[in-house]
Amino acid sequence: MEDFLIELAPPLIRGILLGGLYVVIALGLSLVFGVMKLINVAHGDLVILGSYFAYAAMGWLGIDPFLSLVVGVPLFFAFGFFVQKFIINRTFRISLDAALIACFGISVVVQSLCQVIWTPFSRSLTTPYQLRSFAVGELTISVRYLLDFIGGLAVMIALREFLRRTYLGKAISAASQNEPVAERMGINPNRVYSFAFAIAMACAAVAGVLQGLTFYFSPVSGPPFLIISFGVIIIGGLGSMAGTFIGGMIFGLTQTLGAHLSGGSMMVQMLAPYLLVFVVLSVRPQGIFGR
Amino acid sequence: MSETAVLSIDRLNKHFGGIVAVKDLSFEVQAGEILGLMGPNGAGKTTLLNMIAGTYSPSSGRVNFCGRDITGLPAHKLCHLGIARTYQIPQPFTSLSARQNILVATKYGGKKAAGMEHDKIFDLVNLSEQKDMLARDLATVSLKRLELARALASNPTLLLLDEVAAGSTDAELPRILGIIEEIRKMGKTVVLVEHVMKVMVEAVDRIIVIDKGEKIAEGTPGEVMKDEKVIAAYFG
Repeated sequence: MEDFLIELAPPLIRGILLGGLYVVIALGLSLVFGVMKLINVAHGDLVILGSYFAYAAMGWLGIDPFLSLVVGVPLFFAFGFFVQKFIINRTFRISLDAALIACFGISVVVQSLCQVIWTPFSRSLTTPYQLRSFAVGELTISVRYLLDFIGGLAVMIALREFLRRTYLGKAISAASQNEPVAERMGINPNRVYSFAFAIAMACAAVAGVLQGLTFYFSPVSGPPFLIISFGVIIIGGLGSMAGTFIGGMIFGLTQTLGAHLSGGSMMVQMLAPYLLVFVVLSVRPQGIFGR
Repeated sequence: MSETAVLSIDRLNKHFGGIVAVKDLSFEVQAGEILGLMGPNGAGKTTLLNMIAGTYSPSSGRVNFCGRDITGLPAHKLCHLGIARTYQIPQPFTSLSARQNILVATKYGGKKAAGMEHDKIFDLVNLSEQKDMLARDLATVSLKRLELARALASNPTLLLLDEVAAGSTDAELPRILGIIEEIRKMGKTVVLVEHVMKVMVEAVDRIIVIDKGEKIAEGTPGEVMKDEKVIAAYFG
């Protein structure tokens, strides 16, 4: 029994830490959905674009992935702002469906662009610290998973404080709660949308770096992360930052524990989180922390 | 159109499919005036407010505000120009505190001259003690007042009030009348939709009665109450 528990510790810790990566990805998706009720199906691809951006900065200029975010975050922010302003806001005038199709279009363009520039081969952000680990008592902790967790926590707190403390954040909260009234109070919804998408893209830049340090990636790696984000949001509950955070941890845990308990079965690792999603949807469809 | 008109409605029409909600409606509201809009349920009062406030575009006709054609402008632009409205059913931002609700309106709505200080607004609507409570925890009566406070916070020229007194007890009416009187003293122009007759009779300079989307009477409260068409519209 004791052996069983000791053996359980590594996947437990790995699951929680890895959850941080899922949190960063899911937060961007959740923000856009919360504000404009749009499922940004390109979000996973934009995260992978973030990975490639860091990859390019490393390959061409020899810059550390985290350092590349100094340029990457503002660049993705600006890119997101203009994509929303000039593409998605215009499609909203037609319908929400049109905007969804535009997102599909962005997904295809981003994937193809990555194929053309970086070829379909798998890449990773190879850094000196990426594969390192250190010991805490009898446990070994991988640096890359720890970075995922720190990144997840940092982005979640930053986003929450931004929404609570800044005027723009309040406008975003107000517009996602009751858009007609927010507009009546002088808030221009199109501007709020542009900023929301810009922030989601900035999150995607951070997520891209974490993702690239954790896993191999290729131009088609994005969609699985989109699906994972849905799972995280369903488990945690839409519109709750803390819920998304806990949801990410639970998702990671289900993966690592599923793999551990099944003796390393890839299929169980892939399926286990979605079984949980199924259970949450049938028992508590608003998610664990949702209202 | 006279020069002092803050709001001028010119042959306004609104259809929803085959249903006519507002039909050929024209009237003016002068600066500093409090105009009452009356009519049976479904007469088109709220639709009219929605067209003035930019929630709906009229099917035809013009809306002029301070001499400027504002027909079809989006709601946030109208807010910046100086039109505020309250909703019959309070629509606060539930996850924000009362104070933050006001802050949002001041920051995004009050792009003109500086308006009232927040503390004064809270004093006026008697919400000072509850200003740090989350809007979702406030009682309905307080939410009605928050709705008023938020509309005032954007420092409007024209205030559209949709049934501020509905659901209030008789004991609360004097306070609501007092608030409307204070708003008048600030020199604001008000269009008031109201079912509570006491508010209409005591607070309003002039009343327009609409029925089935058409204007059927106009005049001082005393005149309108005696009008046969009005009596017929209300009592069949």
